[in-house]
Amino acid sequence: MNNTTGLFCKSKLTPVCTGCVVMKTRPNRICNTVYRTESGRNGITMNTRGLRSQLKDSVPVAGLCPQGAYGVQDSLRSGFTSVKNELLPSHPLELSEKNFQPNQDKMNFSTLRNIQGLHAPLKLQMEYRAARQIQRLPFLQSSNLALDTLRGNDESIGFEDILNDPTQSEMMGEPHMMVEYKLGLL
Amino acid sequence: MLHSVKPCEQQTGGGFCFENSRRNAVLESSLSEFGYKAPSARKTGTTIAGVVYKDGVVLGADTRATDDMVVADKNCMKIHYIAPKIYCCGAGVAADAEITTQIMASNVELHMLNTGRPPLVAMVTRQLKQMLFRYQGHVGSSLIVGGVDVTGAHLYSVYPHGSYDKLPFVTMGSGASAAISVFEDRFKPNMELNEAKQLVQNAIAAGIFCDLGSGSNVDLCVITEAGVEYLRGYDKPTMKGQRAGQYRYKPGTTAVLTKTVTPFSLDVVDESVQIMDTE
Repeated sequence: MNNTTGLFCKSKLTPVCTGCVVMKTRPNRICNTVYRTESGRNGITMNTRGLRSQLKDSVPVAGLCPQGAYGVQDSLRSGFTSVKNELLPSHPLELSEKNFQPNQDKMNFSTLRNIQGLHAPLKLQMEYRAARQIQRLPFLQSSNLALDTLRGNDESIGFEDILNDPTQSEMMGEPHMMVEYKLGLL
Repeated sequence: MLHSVKPCEQQTGGGFCFENSRRNAVLESSLSEFGYKAPSARKTGTTIAGVVYKDGVVLGADTRATDDMVVADKNCMKIHYIAPKIYCCGAGVAADAEITTQIMASNVELHMLNTGRPPLVAMVTRQLKQMLFRYQGHVGSSLIVGGVDVTGAHLYSVYPHGSYDKLPFVTMGSGASAAISVFEDRFKPNMELNEAKQLVQNAIAAGIFCDLGSGSNVDLCVITEAGVEYLRGYDKPTMKGQRAGQYRYKPGTTAVLTKTVTPFSLDVVDESVQIMDTE
């Protein structure tokens, strides 16, 4: 990605910025909104706007476009390009599953705000943000133990624990390049 | 190890991956032009039933698993363990029912360790229906959850889309209509154990005989305050009976009255020789 303004997304993880919510909705703009949104290392953004306005951001429109390597349409795996393919999800559950955890969090926070006042979700979100930053090196998968404990996911088992375990995926980022990129040496 | 510059999309969690669904849809539509069919999931094609009786719950199930029109398993177990005194019968897609009940058993164990209390049947039902609703019926398993907890004996039926019923007698599966007819006719509240076992066995047998998707044996599971009795192969109604005697006629039973012989004269019309290649 040609970064002429010299600004980097705070994640500094990917040369093609696919992590930020901003990039998902406006893919052609260079990410110069460093001061408005903060990014976690693995791409989840915490928005400083109110809860209701966050609902729009949770449905990435152009994010459904299937990208192969080098940004080119992957015809073998996903078929021919069409506007419908890029705009509509391929499976009815795809969107709801992608947004399930954020939606649960939002629901819990708004209930908590109604019961206990604004301080409760604010403090919890601060803890979430802190827990999310506990990661290993950029190419290694983290267990997210603190985050899971905060969310209560350590006490239940679902399909996300059995299927598609990220620690056992066949793809891995190139370790040297990723560390160099993160440190700004690349 | 396959390296890529861009970290893969699934990095932030596991769960279902819908990468191939578009390709599958394209394949299915183009395959049907040639008359081929995509492989379908194996269903259990079942009759499962449960009743609440005086001291607890009796669950019953047949043992056939079908793959479209072929019997895939003649003696599969459809009554799954969830907790020491809670068992669950599963119908629908076989893999979905199996995995769902295993996940439920693990969740119940974790919950027991966390709260320090034995689980309630209502808790199992609630977790089941929340999970099935989350997947909008794509996890195709219909389940009957029955058990005894501190509040008494309970029986719930949960449908694939997440709705549930709490009733004294329930049936599910393709043979549900046959089984429920037996229940509607002969069910009484507060039955004795033998009556209840007989009733459930009759209901499952009705499903076995009247529904093509159910067959083989009847499994029963009796759950009471004292414990669980799992009767596998309680009844085998489809077993071939033994023949009581010989039914063939002895040669010479019928007397011969007349005999006429008419020879046919056949002429050779055509003769051709075809050499086989035996090298």
